Amino acid sequence: MRPTVETTSSMLPQPFRVLDTREEIPGCVTIRVKPADGSGGCGFAPGQFYMIYVFGHGEVPISVSGDPSNSAELIFTVMAVGSITRALCALTSGDTIGLRGPFGSAWPVDALKGRDVLVMAGGLGLAPLRPSIYQMLHKRSDYGGLAILYGTRQPQSIVFPQELADWRKDASIEVEVTVDNAGREWMGKVGVVTELLSGRTIDRASTSALICGPEIMMRFSAYALIDLGVAADNIYVSMERNMKCALKMCGRCQYGPYFICDDGPVFSFDRVERLFKVRSL
Amino acid sequence: MGEVKSIRTLLAENPFFDGMSDAHLATMALCGKLVRFKAGEFLLREGEQAEHFFLVRQGEVAIESHVPAAGPLCVARVGAGGITGYSWLFPPHRNSFDSLALTDVAAVALAGQCLRDKAGADHELGYQLMKRFAQVMLDRLQTTRLRVLDIYANGRTTDAADG
Repeated sequence: MRPTVETTSSMLPQPFRVLDTREEIPGCVTIRVKPADGSGGCGFAPGQFYMIYVFGHGEVPISVSGDPSNSAELIFTVMAVGSITRALCALTSGDTIGLRGPFGSAWPVDALKGRDVLVMAGGLGLAPLRPSIYQMLHKRSDYGGLAILYGTRQPQSIVFPQELADWRKDASIEVEVTVDNAGREWMGKVGVVTELLSGRTIDRASTSALICGPEIMMRFSAYALIDLGVAADNIYVSMERNMKCALKMCGRCQYGPYFICDDGPVFSFDRVERLFKVRSL
Repeated sequence: MGEVKSIRTLLAENPFFDGMSDAHLATMALCGKLVRFKAGEFLLREGEQAEHFFLVRQGEVAIESHVPAAGPLCVARVGAGGITGYSWLFPPHRNSFDSLALTDVAAVALAGQCLRDKAGADHELGYQLMKRFAQVMLDRLQTTRLRVLDIYANGRTTDAADG
């Protein structure tokens, strides 16, 4: 599970230059950056995150949403929910930010070779999953069936719509998108993401699932998969908690016996299932 | 008679009626008829008397409500094999939502009053019907609850966690 990528486990942010930004949906921006000194070294494993320092504002953990095979740049997709992420979303080409990382565990993409993979995303949860999708698509024949099941509130809140459309054109991938509600112009599915599992035939023994979204979405999705016979240790979730040092030192992100920044953020569901039931966590 | 037989077969083929006896399927078929709707036509209209429910054989149906100043809002989609219409089960038998054919739709329409009469005369039929509708309504209730919970919102108003 632990990726064998080179990490910069320093407390010192490295300067990165913003190449460009793109608004995905209102309040959500994708930012492309590269090292300010022109060096490479942007390696990461799908599911890992960086601590992004916005000078004058502070530091925030953000999962990488780009292609792990491109080591020349990093891509992050950020929702503006506080002062730092608002500042991140306001960056423009040429601005400089500080990065530490990559940190944390990764989606076990290599270990899934030969298996059917269900990728379930809710809302912005598609962003931390996108690198794993890229990686599987680069070696598509290494995997069995690949299905991307994505749920969000409305058609207007779909992130990466062009990519979803492109993936849908690929006959080797099943892409299903559902929204909570929609106008008549929407010809896709209407309902919550767990409904996309309804009536689905799953090979219990050879199916693994990667789930990312708000915790309540992951909880209901994981149990819907378990109801279909997928084993809890074949279901992976990406947890989020208040992360500060990202070095397993400060204890801010402690989650039961784990530190999300280092033991996570990606966990197999069997490791954290009992913690999902602890209401004070 | 040919149409009754055809409807009985269609009922038997629908997973909703899995496990239902041949006799009950035959009884229900007497309340059914084959219907077609063109895209843009309504199967059910909000506020109108709920006289039928529909087993969709082909096509896509949108369950909608009209939101003032925003127009129609789709809250569910029903495709082939699905069911639309529950209001026939309980008084005041008034449709709560529109059911709009998004494409050309072929369906079996089952008459509510006819089914209620037959279920009243044969409580086993009534139980079998109620059991199936209760399951569908439970599923819809659960997913509606998930929507009320707004499961795609992480509830964050600060930058405390991973983004």
